[in-house]
Amino acid sequence: MSRNVYLDNSATTPVKPEVFEAMLPFLQEEFGNPSSIYKKANATELAVATAREQVAKALGAKPGEIFFTSGGSEADNWAIKGAALANSPKGKHIISSCIEHHAVLHTLEFLEKQGYSVTYLPVDAEGKVAVQEVKNALREDTVLITIMMANNEIGTVQPIAEIAQLARENKVLFHTDAVQAVGSLEVDVQKLGVDMLSLSAHKFGGPKGVGALYIKSGTKIETLIHGGGQERGRRAGTENVSGIVGLGKAITLATENIAEKAEKIKKLRDKLIKGIASTIPDARLNGHREDRLPGNVNFCFRYIEGEALLLRLDAKGIAASSGSACTSGSLDPSHVLLALGLPHEIAHGSLRLSIGEQNTEEEIDYVLEVLPKIVEILRMMSPLYPGN
Amino acid sequence: MYSEKVMDHFENPRNVGEIPDANAVGQVGNAKCGDIMKMYMKIENDVIVDCKFKTFGCGAAIATSSMATEMVKGKTVEEAKKLTNKAVMEALDGLPPAKVHCSVLAEEAIEAALADYYARRGETYEKKKSCDGCCGSCSGH
Repeated sequence: MSRNVYLDNSATTPVKPEVFEAMLPFLQEEFGNPSSIYKKANATELAVATAREQVAKALGAKPGEIFFTSGGSEADNWAIKGAALANSPKGKHIISSCIEHHAVLHTLEFLEKQGYSVTYLPVDAEGKVAVQEVKNALREDTVLITIMMANNEIGTVQPIAEIAQLARENKVLFHTDAVQAVGSLEVDVQKLGVDMLSLSAHKFGGPKGVGALYIKSGTKIETLIHGGGQERGRRAGTENVSGIVGLGKAITLATENIAEKAEKIKKLRDKLIKGIASTIPDARLNGHREDRLPGNVNFCFRYIEGEALLLRLDAKGIAASSGSACTSGSLDPSHVLLALGLPHEIAHGSLRLSIGEQNTEEEIDYVLEVLPKIVEILRMMSPLYPGN
Repeated sequence: MYSEKVMDHFENPRNVGEIPDANAVGQVGNAKCGDIMKMYMKIENDVIVDCKFKTFGCGAAIATSSMATEMVKGKTVEEAKKLTNKAVMEALDGLPPAKVHCSVLAEEAIEAALADYYARRGETYEKKKSCDGCCGSCSGH
């Protein structure tokens, strides 16, 4: 029997049937441009407004604080570049962490070339940023702190509310990349106290190519995409209506009974973690044991390389991912794993299995049956394996 | 992304293991970069009668090791010396650009084993220039 076990939900998720249904009318029947004056366009204008309310409700924000973007990367770019530019008279220093997504890191590197200075905070062995370190890094000219809510590779969840409070006390803007968190964890912008928050629809059952940036009222931020007057004149471009409708529906579904769903996924996660740790020797769990995304499992298997592992899993019908260099097209393994203090040779042998709503216990059992054998086969082939 | 031949040699690698009485052993690469190949050969009367490998690395590293062992088995030392990474790649119906360095590593592993064979006999091995970094995939490593 050919299996099809999808365990790469942190990379992307399938569009939920209800989301698909909600989007369909806006591709053909209701194709009007929301900015047009005639009746034909009313439906699309209304649909975008409804989606904005849905996103706002899911995040505990006001609809006027939600701005649609082309995805998480644009939201990150906008938040960081926009806040840096708008606040440059006050200063040009930004605080971030060294385990951010490339959408944040490469944006910060770009700003460094424009004369900004950035402090990249280290993380501990479990991937946590220390609030005290953020405090120590604050300077007179600090204008922005950007720290992700949950890490995409190792799943570690950061103390966002505490860091946001620190930022507020010091009159520094705070942005969080919550692309992995929204739909997995409860995300309430009021409780977190953030000024800006990025999210992406395809991580929680919505379509690709659409996301949003929450911008708290009164936040000083420049526009990134100039042009027409869409999104209250702050993000130009004809709205991706079907995508926005999909985002609205997906976030509504994903945040319904979120604690209950997270609990169910967490059970599968913990079973998988326990199973791997007890059957495969020299396996190291990466990330925080408790404060981690409900669906994230990330291990390093010593003496083997990640891409070879992925290919063998794929042959058994299991889709997963790795922080190995060979899957990134560069020679260096994942910057996140290296930031944990792992040596290169161990970081090369990483495996991320990310569980979603659709996964079953039977699938976890299947992985636990197949994975130890594959690791063993690859180790028998490895000149590094001392058991040989 | 990989050809069927690469996948075949990755999933069913030929000649995996060690040769206890090998008289030529070579290892190349390093764990830091994520690839290590170790080649074992049994050479009799200048003919490679057996060749095995152990590899730590990606799918392409394992497939090129497997193919390289197949290609030198039964060859004379002189013939094996002429094995190029290009020949290994062609035999595998090509490799993605980022994986060309794996074929270079396979060629170097064969060469390292042959150099060991010469060294054990007290002879010097004339190292041929193999990789000039032309594909750029190794960033000069």
